[in-house]
Amino acid sequence: MTSLLIVIVLVLLGIAIWQLTKIFDLTQIGTAVNGDSEVANDRDNNVNGYLMFAFLGFIYVFTIYSLVKWGHLALGTPASEHGPQYDNLMTISLVLIFIVQTITQFLLHYFAFKYRGKKGQVAFYYADNDKLEFVWTIIPVIVLAGLILYGLYAWTNIMFVDENKEDTIVVELYAKQFSWEARYAGEDGVLGKANVRYIEGVNTLGVDMSDPNAQDDIQSTELHLPKGKQVIFKFRSQDVLHSAYMPHFRAQMNVVPGMVTQFAFTPTITTEEMRLDPKIMDKVANINKIRSEKSADLIADGGEALSPYTFDYLLLCNKICGASHYNMQMKIVVEDEADFNKWLGEKKTLGAAVKESQASEAPAEAAPAPATEEQEAATVIDSTVVDHK
Amino acid sequence: MSAVGHEIHGHDDHGHHKETFITKYIFSIDHKMIAKQYLLTGVVMGIIGIVMSLLFRMQIAWPEESFTIFKVLLGDKFAPGGVMRNDIYLALVTIHGTIMVFFVLTAGLSGTFSNLLIPLQIGARDMASGFMNMISYWLFFLSSVIMVISLFVEAGPASAGWTIYPPLSALPQAIGGSGAGMTLWLVSMAIFIASSLMGSLNYVVTVINLRTKGMSMTRLPLTIWAFFITAVIGIVSFPVLLSAALLLIFDRSFGTSFFLSDIFIAGDVLHYQGGSPVLFEHLFWFLGHPEVYIVLLPALGITSEIIATNSRKPIFGYRAMIASILAIAFLSTIVWGHHMFVSGMNPFLGSVFTFTTLLIAIPSAVKAFNYITTLWRGNLQMNPAMLFSIGLVSTFITGGLTGIILGDSTLDINVHDTYFVVAHFHLVMGISALYGMFAGIYHWFPKMFGTMMNKNLGYIHFWVTAVCAYGVFFPMHFIGMAGLPRRYYTNSAFPLFDDLADVNVIITMFAIIGAAFQLVFLWNFFYSIFKGKKAPQNPWRSNTLEWTTPVEHIHGNWPGEIPEVYRWPYDYSKPGHDEDFVPQTVPMKPNEEQLHH
Ligand code: HEM
Ligand SMILES: [Cu+2]
Ligand SMILES: [Cu+2]
Repeated sequence: MTSLLIVIVLVLLGIAIWQLTKIFDLTQIGTAVNGDSEVANDRDNNVNGYLMFAFLGFIYVFTIYSLVKWGHLALGTPASEHGPQYDNLMTISLVLIFIVQTITQFLLHYFAFKYRGKKGQVAFYYADNDKLEFVWTIIPVIVLAGLILYGLYAWTNIMFVDENKEDTIVVELYAKQFSWEARYAGEDGVLGKANVRYIEGVNTLGVDMSDPNAQDDIQSTELHLPKGKQVIFKFRSQDVLHSAYMPHFRAQMNVVPGMVTQFAFTPTITTEEMRLDPKIMDKVANINKIRSEKSADLIADGGEALSPYTFDYLLLCNKICGASHYNMQMKIVVEDEADFNKWLGEKKTLGAAVKESQASEAPAEAAPAPATEEQEAATVIDSTVVDHK
Repeated sequence: MSAVGHEIHGHDDHGHHKETFITKYIFSIDHKMIAKQYLLTGVVMGIIGIVMSLLFRMQIAWPEESFTIFKVLLGDKFAPGGVMRNDIYLALVTIHGTIMVFFVLTAGLSGTFSNLLIPLQIGARDMASGFMNMISYWLFFLSSVIMVISLFVEAGPASAGWTIYPPLSALPQAIGGSGAGMTLWLVSMAIFIASSLMGSLNYVVTVINLRTKGMSMTRLPLTIWAFFITAVIGIVSFPVLLSAALLLIFDRSFGTSFFLSDIFIAGDVLHYQGGSPVLFEHLFWFLGHPEVYIVLLPALGITSEIIATNSRKPIFGYRAMIASILAIAFLSTIVWGHHMFVSGMNPFLGSVFTFTTLLIAIPSAVKAFNYITTLWRGNLQMNPAMLFSIGLVSTFITGGLTGIILGDSTLDINVHDTYFVVAHFHLVMGISALYGMFAGIYHWFPKMFGTMMNKNLGYIHFWVTAVCAYGVFFPMHFIGMAGLPRRYYTNSAFPLFDDLADVNVIITMFAIIGAAFQLVFLWNFFYSIFKGKKAPQNPWRSNTLEWTTPVEHIHGNWPGEIPEVYRWPYDYSKPGHDEDFVPQTVPMKPNEEQLHH
């Protein structure tokens, strides 16, 4: 179907070009047939000068159209403590860009129109003006200095984390092709050591089970976060680079095999609250309209309908990591602290999970295992320490 | 007269002068022929790169739909039943990026115009080393062939993105393309770098040593300044990419651990210990960022020349333009970390790179303002080359401005690796440099082929391309700010992104129309080579030396002595002269005021 559409579009375009050249050629009648006729004459200057002006109009109209039609697509209310600051800086930068873009494009295209060549018009021999050069060096310097200062202030705020702050929890986010897992530090607040060389059976994150801090760690395939607490994420990957991207929280950090990276933020809006956010409600309604239209098509083709969409925070992978990179996601649930503690309390600790699975295995197999593990332990480096390279 | 004419021919005095087909068209050491070879190879690679972008754009707009064209072009293995495989999507994106950046806009652009214009505009009979120049082209040709061959590898070509970050690029277990496909990619790029270095050395040596009498550095056309500095940047940064590629080859084939550590994949722990992918990122971007300017500066140089000529006005702020080229060149080597704000490197480094990155906006802004002022009160001749040059300034501004967002470490957090980035770099680097290349082709076509291109087809080509380029890349800002990551095979895994689907369809429509109109260019290009109207000697009434050579190419460029230069190249519409251009070869009148000695 679409191929057909494209073919039709192409054919129409072909005809259009052919017609256009004919029109252009007609305007050339009477000019010389040698190579000079391929140099722009007054007529070309005039036509293209006007087109330059029209193109300015196109840029403006297209920009406004995009803003009206697609402006709402941009991410809405930020759900983290640093989010509003991020959005503020973004808004300032966008407004600034918008102003500069409007003015410079105007000057460029307007001059191209206004000074289009004419017989007898003499260009102004104007080669230098140090004062002007100075002015348009110094203006960007001042504006950029302001942006840099604000940017660096925000950056310091976001990236240099106070680890000893009260009301902090530590969560490990673990990436592998093509899924995420989370590990909570448990009652002691300390994550057990880990290295991929310990991966075995239910211990899919390679936690060092001989580490006392590891016993109460809790593993999960859904990321729950308590509202209002600073969450320090420690990221680990078992295979290739991934990137933990949590757009609603204005948060992203690459996940690097062989080292631990870190990012921290404080969630401020629970999932339930966010579902009632007016912008999100509009967005969800719009998406569901699109989905129900698609469902109608699907059913007509004998397929199944799409399930309706409800809003959830998401963790996406944002660094190319393999064939299924496009579908490496984890649901994030932000809830009140009480709900969070209840959810976490119902989870089995890692120590218990490992013991359980060992108990169900044949004891004969269990015997030689510790020996090799000990050998390895000597050479294995704990990879849960943040190490800035 | 004949003594000078023979300087360069000294070596073949003993033999016969007859050129065979092979020495003239294939293993030529004449810079003009080599330039044409670069151009043709670049055009062919460009066609491959653009077609690839159409294929993956179709997949994004109509995900997992079956297309006959996929079956035809990708075969049943890469597109079973006409549905593109998800790893092949990534392969196409990777090879598209690689081809466009390196093969089209580095070799195709810089290779063509540095070779053509350096000797002609500085008044030299050829490059310093014609032989090395020939080798440089043939290495480029070889690397192109290897890159194309890699498309036919059983498990698919390289698929780890044009940035080939390990471990993905190092482990065939991680993605099929990281097997033989990646090996060929690395071999091809290693050869490419060798070619590029030979070319660059030649350009630098030629510009420094072979300028004709009177051609001081401050009388060089800005094209030459741009090519010269570009070559220097290439010499400084390409070897670093070569070393990264070599170390990656070691990790892949000889078990070293430069970039790999603690990896568990496909059920096995690998032996690697102690390496860091972040190190690779540093090495890659130490070239990768300057590469942006390697692509862009020649385009800006070409634009400077064309805007001045067609405005019939001196380029405004000649010395400020040189200063900004130098500043950009220097700064471009200390901003690479802005690609790595969220790589896990020390956040303090992020602060430093934010600072240097926003600094580079200043010389860029100066350039844009100088172009605009050059147009002011000119007598603009709207030749196709001029349109593309004005178009370049327009996309350079639009794309450059969003750099203020991406260069700010804080703001980069949420738009890094989204379509916002795709929009930014395509406008500021891809489209701008492509426009520069088109401008150069339209402007110097008469010099290269002795015939004129059809201007009306040129106008159609420009206007449709200009509209479509905005149509493709402007909307990408919005889907990027919606949080849509790049390099996704389909967005249908996230209902969250369902409302972006129609934007993606619009983008793809613009891309298809824009690409279709490149056929107008191709037709014009090839038709004009053979059937174009014969070119006058100086069709654009330009001041620079290349237009003093005869239309017919001769070895050694000038039949007689090399002309001497008496003035800078931008004496357009100078009061006190009859014509609105005063070629560099015209001696100063008594008491004439002299700009730039
Ligand atoms: C001058 C021409 C162009 C240049 C220099 C260029 C360059 C690049 C580069 C470097 C990449 C990144 C590849 C990667 O992520 O590994 C890329 C990706 C892309 N190109 Fe182009 N490109 C050009 C033309 C086009 C055209 C005409 C289209 C048409 C739509 C296009 C669409 C895209 C898209 C959508 C991506 C992003 C794919 C993704 O990463 O998800 N490009 N291009
Ligand atoms: Cu991924
Ligand atoms: Cu960069």
